[in-house]
Amino acid sequence: MKQALGAVRRKFQPWNDPASRPFIEFRNVSKQFGSFTAVDHQTLTVFEREFHALLGPSGCGKTTLLRMLAGFEEPSEGEIWLDGKNLAGVPPHRRPVNMMFQSYALFPHMSVEKNIAFGLKQDGMPRGEIAARVDEMLKLVKLEPFAKRRPDKLSGGQRQRVALARALAKRPKVLLLDEPLGALDKKLREATQFELVGLQESLGLTFLIVTHDQEEAMTVADRISVMKEGKIAQIATPAEIYEAPSSRYVADFIGSVNVFEGTVESSSPGRLQLETDQGFTVRTATAPVLGAGTKAWFAVRPEKMRIDHDRPEGDGVNMVSGEVWDIGYLGDVTVYNVRLDSGKLVRASVMNAQRAVARPISWEERVWLSWSDDAGVILLD
Amino acid sequence: MRRFSTFNLVSVTFGFAFLYLPIVILIIYSFNASRLVTVWAGFSTQWYVALLHDQAILDAAWVTIRVALFSATVATVLGTMAAIVLVRRRRFIGRTLFSGMIYAPIVMPDVITGLSLLLLFVALNFDRGFWTVALAHTSFTMCFVAVVVQSRLLSFDLSLEEAALDLGAPPFRAFFLVTLPVIFPAVAAGWMLAFTLSLDDLVISSFTTGPGATTLPMKIYSQVRLGVTPEINAVCTILVALVTIGVLIASVVGKTGMRATEAA
Repeated sequence: MKQALGAVRRKFQPWNDPASRPFIEFRNVSKQFGSFTAVDHQTLTVFEREFHALLGPSGCGKTTLLRMLAGFEEPSEGEIWLDGKNLAGVPPHRRPVNMMFQSYALFPHMSVEKNIAFGLKQDGMPRGEIAARVDEMLKLVKLEPFAKRRPDKLSGGQRQRVALARALAKRPKVLLLDEPLGALDKKLREATQFELVGLQESLGLTFLIVTHDQEEAMTVADRISVMKEGKIAQIATPAEIYEAPSSRYVADFIGSVNVFEGTVESSSPGRLQLETDQGFTVRTATAPVLGAGTKAWFAVRPEKMRIDHDRPEGDGVNMVSGEVWDIGYLGDVTVYNVRLDSGKLVRASVMNAQRAVARPISWEERVWLSWSDDAGVILLD
Repeated sequence: MRRFSTFNLVSVTFGFAFLYLPIVILIIYSFNASRLVTVWAGFSTQWYVALLHDQAILDAAWVTIRVALFSATVATVLGTMAAIVLVRRRRFIGRTLFSGMIYAPIVMPDVITGLSLLLLFVALNFDRGFWTVALAHTSFTMCFVAVVVQSRLLSFDLSLEEAALDLGAPPFRAFFLVTLPVIFPAVAAGWMLAFTLSLDDLVISSFTTGPGATTLPMKIYSQVRLGVTPEINAVCTILVALVTIGVLIASVVGKTGMRATEAA
């Protein structure tokens, strides 16, 4: 079963299929609060059964997008469509979406089961069906023994499950999650992330999550929209965002990255050579064709860099030497901060595959950093 | 916790004595067998029995309770509405003026409130009586309710109401099913406060009353001018008991209720 789901997940790419119908559509949507522009003319398409993450720092407009879909805010401009219907003017209580709030927003005067039943009662569902659905939801989030408890008698993790069960009880077309795991500790958060993915796949619902935690977004989402100051900087799968960021902002926001500014020396399909301001030359196979003399940035992830005592073989391209400035031992990886002769610090990380290394790299040693032709990307912004 | 020093003990004793000794004496003398207020002649409940046969006092008490029930209830509805508007609507024309004006009656001298209400009723050619007193009490107790409810609403998590909307409850139902039960302790405390304020008001009632609408405090005041009787002591003792119970319930309900709802 697990295997089958995994296979579905790999094949699930409606955004690459021109025939697939968009499910949620933000069409050129803006939102202004007074003179502040929270969302600035953005277009976003999410497909049915997609787990989509809106990722960005606080104040980037991701929560505003979510709240506009829930109906708590009306767009200042543009339209929001859901499953072929324009949502303009539809009040929150008539929208087929449900939200899990950051504060959980559990009703303190109701027991767990009454909280879960609340939405079903509003729909006028028969009593028997409500009871059956509530039981099903309690089982889903493993809270059967706590049905009669009040929210203030639950732990943080249990409250989070109640909030999830309540939002899922009505089988919404879209589940909106506003920083759903922010209040949990790290271990519980990681476990819950995988549970969310499992739930989303088994229920076959569309999930839209807002988070500022890039690891969380990478773990749960099929696609991520990275946002910055009211604009979506890039929409892509986690792997694409990590390996082929569209800008320095995205590269820097997701994971850590070394960025070198430089000038294009020569460029042809599948091969670009860049002279960096640090005085070394970069050659890359993954770049657009650019005119010689164009200003560009070369971005390379720390784990894509090799670190050696000796100068690597080769033509002197894609390598630079420096002095070990700082070493951070994190257990699974060791992070080296290497200071180039220009004073710039470069980060390289090495997997600790063996327990002991014959010739460990130490502080203030002279080392060579090198990387392959396809290790990094050229960015224009 | 630090132990009481002698100084603390003395100052607390004097403080409480200053506040409560007159009331304690009043209560003790309401159980006096003698008609003379200043001479103790043994324990008796005869003045309480006599009260039950004093139609004028009973009428006044009945008027007072009706006025208090009506004004506290209407003031709670209006005051809660005012509090909601002040907390929820960050911007509307005249907001500053409105929020300032809601506090004004609290600091306004009763004489002025009473006189202005009297002038209003006269100008409107409104026959003075039960309804003018009830309306006057509504108007001055409303602001107390507004203040109590407003302070609770400030700490109310708005996403609770949004969650109710999100789950399919129309705005009014969301308010009655979620917001009101959560802020209910404050609303109840506000009602209790309004009720007790109305119960013991003398000045505003005197200005706005008319024939057949004598409230208990007015009745007591007019009788005292003819001399203090143990009967009056008995009435006052009952009033003190009522107000004490009211204030106690208001504070207990308010505190425990708020703790329960804020913990979640």
